[in-house]
Amino acid sequence: MMQGAAPVGESWITGLAATCGGDATALLPILHEAQERFAYIPRAVMQQIARTLSLPLAQVEAVVEFYHFFSSQPRGRYDIFFSSCVIDRLRGGDESARLLCERLRVTPGGSRADGVVSVRHTSCTGMCDQGPALLVNGHAIAGLDRERSEQMASLIERRIPLREWPRGLFRIAGNIRRSGPLLSGEIPPGAALQRALSLGRKGLLERLERSGLRGRGGAGFPTALKWRACREAPGEHYVVCNADEGEPGTFKDRELLRRHAHAVFEGMTLAAWVIGARRGFLYLRGEYRFLLQHLEQVLAERRGMGLLGERIGGGRDFGFDITIRLGAGAYICGEESALLESLQGNLPRPRNRPPYPVTHGLFGQPTVVNNVESFAAAAHIALNGDRWLTARGTEHSRGSKLLSISGDCARPGIYEFAFGTPLEEILDACGARDLLGVQMGGPSGNWITPAEFQRSLAFEDLSSAGALMVFGRERDLLEIVHGFSRFFAHESCGFCTPCRVGTGLQARLVEKLCLGRGCDRDLERLRSLGELMSATSHCGLGQSAPNPVLTTLAAEPQRYRKRLNSTAFTPDFQPLRELRSCGRRE
Amino acid sequence: MSRRVRIATTSLAGCFGCHTSFLDMDERLLRLAGQVELDRSPLTDRKQIRHCDIGLIEGGLCNSENIELLRRFRACCTTLVALGACAVNGGIPALRNRYTLEECLREAYLEGAGIENPQIPDDPELPRLLENIHPIHELVTVDYSLPGCPPPADAIWALLQDLIAGREPVPPLELIRYD
Amino acid sequence: MNGPTFTIDGRSVPFTEGQSIIQAAREAGIYIPHLCYHPEFRPHGSCRLCVVEAGGRSVPACSTPAVAGQQVRNRTERLDRMRRTLVELLFVEGNHFCPACPKSGNCKLQAVGYWLRMLDTPFPYLFPRRELDASHHDVLLDRDRCIFCELCVRASREVDRKNLFAIGGKGTRCRLLVNSPDGRLGSSGLSLGDRALQVCPTGALLPRKGAFHVPVGRRLYDGRSIAESDE
Ligand SMILES: Cc1cc2nc3c(=O)[nH]c(=O)nc-3n(C[C@H](O)[C@H](O)[C@H](O)COP(=O)(O)O)c2cc1C
Ligand code: SF4
Ligand code: SF4
Ligand code: SF4
Repeated sequence: MMQGAAPVGESWITGLAATCGGDATALLPILHEAQERFAYIPRAVMQQIARTLSLPLAQVEAVVEFYHFFSSQPRGRYDIFFSSCVIDRLRGGDESARLLCERLRVTPGGSRADGVVSVRHTSCTGMCDQGPALLVNGHAIAGLDRERSEQMASLIERRIPLREWPRGLFRIAGNIRRSGPLLSGEIPPGAALQRALSLGRKGLLERLERSGLRGRGGAGFPTALKWRACREAPGEHYVVCNADEGEPGTFKDRELLRRHAHAVFEGMTLAAWVIGARRGFLYLRGEYRFLLQHLEQVLAERRGMGLLGERIGGGRDFGFDITIRLGAGAYICGEESALLESLQGNLPRPRNRPPYPVTHGLFGQPTVVNNVESFAAAAHIALNGDRWLTARGTEHSRGSKLLSISGDCARPGIYEFAFGTPLEEILDACGARDLLGVQMGGPSGNWITPAEFQRSLAFEDLSSAGALMVFGRERDLLEIVHGFSRFFAHESCGFCTPCRVGTGLQARLVEKLCLGRGCDRDLERLRSLGELMSATSHCGLGQSAPNPVLTTLAAEPQRYRKRLNSTAFTPDFQPLRELRSCGRRE
Repeated sequence: MSRRVRIATTSLAGCFGCHTSFLDMDERLLRLAGQVELDRSPLTDRKQIRHCDIGLIEGGLCNSENIELLRRFRACCTTLVALGACAVNGGIPALRNRYTLEECLREAYLEGAGIENPQIPDDPELPRLLENIHPIHELVTVDYSLPGCPPPADAIWALLQDLIAGREPVPPLELIRYD
Repeated sequence: MNGPTFTIDGRSVPFTEGQSIIQAAREAGIYIPHLCYHPEFRPHGSCRLCVVEAGGRSVPACSTPAVAGQQVRNRTERLDRMRRTLVELLFVEGNHFCPACPKSGNCKLQAVGYWLRMLDTPFPYLFPRRELDASHHDVLLDRDRCIFCELCVRASREVDRKNLFAIGGKGTRCRLLVNSPDGRLGSSGLSLGDRALQVCPTGALLPRKGAFHVPVGRRLYDGRSIAESDE
């Protein structure tokens, strides 16, 4: 069934297409099925998919090539992805990857000749609180220590099918360390919706507006404004929940979805009711496939309770349902317009803006895209009034925020803090001491040195979509920056020049510095490249990709200087390494 | 300036086209001769380089000798100029970067059409080859570049006149070309 | 004339509602450098060369609407420097050996490099290994020279109605895909008259015959800059 598999019957694909909607939005789920079935996506299958969905073959091929978890070349029956996240590597990720590869006799990036195992690296898998982590055939395994590596190797060598592996291996800890109103609050399914129905659409929007809720996915756009603008735009409306959570070091949505899925779905349903949407999507990052079953079950429960489907809440005019779509390993899919493209079966590349999704979103129709946490908070506000949010926080940042704390601290995990909380207090709570600094907001955020620890969590001060990466004093700053720059080079979608080429060059230059071969010119080149990328990149990825370099270079120039080669100029290649004596054997 | 400006030139992995273009300055060469003194150069056949004001480098880097020579030029010349496409970006020789060195040698000496007595030269006197061709700015600081294959004689003239006069060279738009 | 206006480098430029900055600039005879923009097609926004300053930000002129009264800056030292670096990046990431390229002299990438006075780059060249497609009788696809502007993609879809191209891959591993059963140009149905072929700004998609027929000196950008012969 593996290599050179005979193309499947067309009926398999048409059947799949029918269950997935039959249009281009079915592309991603069908590709997932095909990848799972063949351990790659043979060209003949791409052809059939293209025909069934009436898509150009090249589009199917382009999409397959784009996503990390799809492959046009055969992969092993056990397809392993190690997380290359900086935090996982601090926790010994390289060592456990090496061990497992050794045991399985396979080199990273390669496949074993017998087609049983293949091994690669992927970006952060959202398990930084319990890393190092990996994915095997899309299923996450965290806390990868020696014992677990041995166990996996033995299961694989005995060809035990994944579904028969001990469940314990796949257990993902919750690690909720500090709860506030969002994490400890419970919304009985349907309660917020009922309250909203009595408030009326305008009433709900006013309540949301008074609360001052700002989006939790990063940009902090006022949620009420977004819903209102979308409601006013003509067309067929959609609601999309952004559960891509791809920023390394972020994993708070993981637990919200696991423990508070009802609240999230209720928030989405409220949005649908306000804007007049009949269809909603939850875009779940591929790495969180382990949540899929649970989420489908919650959706089924809600349908059973009349909270999804036709005539929600008994009203004749309100029907709405939610479909979950699984991503396939691409950070850019968290950018809202790329996410919409991904849902539509296109290459997930950020769109030109304006127009914005509120007027031209999914299929060019008015669409609300919000983060998981934003939807959950909206549900609470609907139920409990704007005071629920305004009781905490600062003037411009109301309420509380979930943080995913990882790295060098005693208690990594998920923390809910009121906006306005000083960073020192947060670091104290998680048991972080003697720090080199923290990376606020993940790789696309900023480096904060201990001198700034009195600053506080807020959109107007230290803003973060959820990641707080902690680094102890013994860590090597340049190695950290190197990890981040590799992440961006790996995840750049390649659409625009400054980011496509700039992220690659940046990673190369930082690597040169790490190897102690850098010179002053390299710092200059990094600065000018960084300026170019942040000023001219098409989307937030390229604009923020130089942040780790630029902020550490500004804050800690001496750490860079110390690593420079003493000579004024160092070459971009290593001449001695590249010289060959032709003809003679060396 | 009392002393005449001293200039050295060399060709690394190039075809001497840039030197030919240099000679294309024709009668202006006579005026140049009054302004400059040619040091090490294929045009003088002088083998040693002294301290020079200007070094003109034709060609990119393909072997150990290129590396040594370029470093020597950099050490001796106050101003170093990458002259022509090959010095600037590897040029035609860099077409081989899409293959491994091994593949190139096999094709050239063993398997290509019309080869008699196939064997890869292995005289120990031969310089060692680089796996890839590199433009010269990847090895040393380059002060100015003049692209073109070769750069037009007028462009070389303009550049030298600017440098001799101590001006920042600004090539006229119509003389900038990459081919 | 009393329609809305805005200014570019201090010069007043009229526009009609909905026009982008670059459209209005073209009509006023002001050149804003670009590669992926083409007046016949919807703006793409990938090359970023048309970056201008408007409203205190750097924005692409091709996909930013003109706004009445706005002051746009086009020719500043900073903008031209950034544009030059962008062109350098395009050269660095591909394999552009102009002396051996049949497009030389008629190439927009080259011409915009001249206009920006790009002489070299401080960055190392990446020398990627990209696949050449010589399967078509009349047309060569040399991916070494592709800058991912998607003009061929757009032209083939919108004008030729053949939909023969797409960009696949990600990051620096991006590549031009051919929409044919075997993924090769030969079986794609591309013909010499296709608009897709004509709009390629570089030597990536080239007719095989007629190379080097126009003598040096009489090519499109010999003796006149891209700003003067802009389409
Ligand atoms: C590269 C990139 C990645 C992003 N990833 C996410 C993500 O994983 N989750 C998310 O909610 N927002 C992400 N965003 C922000 C979204 O584009 C969008 O602003 C957000 O989903 C809006 O929801 P909110 O208003 O509730 O914050 C990302 C943005 C960029 C530029
Ligand atoms: S900035 Fe990067 S990720 Fe965003 S569009 Fe450009 S290439 Fe793609
Ligand atoms: S496509 Fe243009 S820039 Fe590239 S090699 Fe050909 S002429 Fe030069
Ligand atoms: S082949 Fe030409 S037109 Fe097509 S994307 Fe490449 S450079 Fe642009």
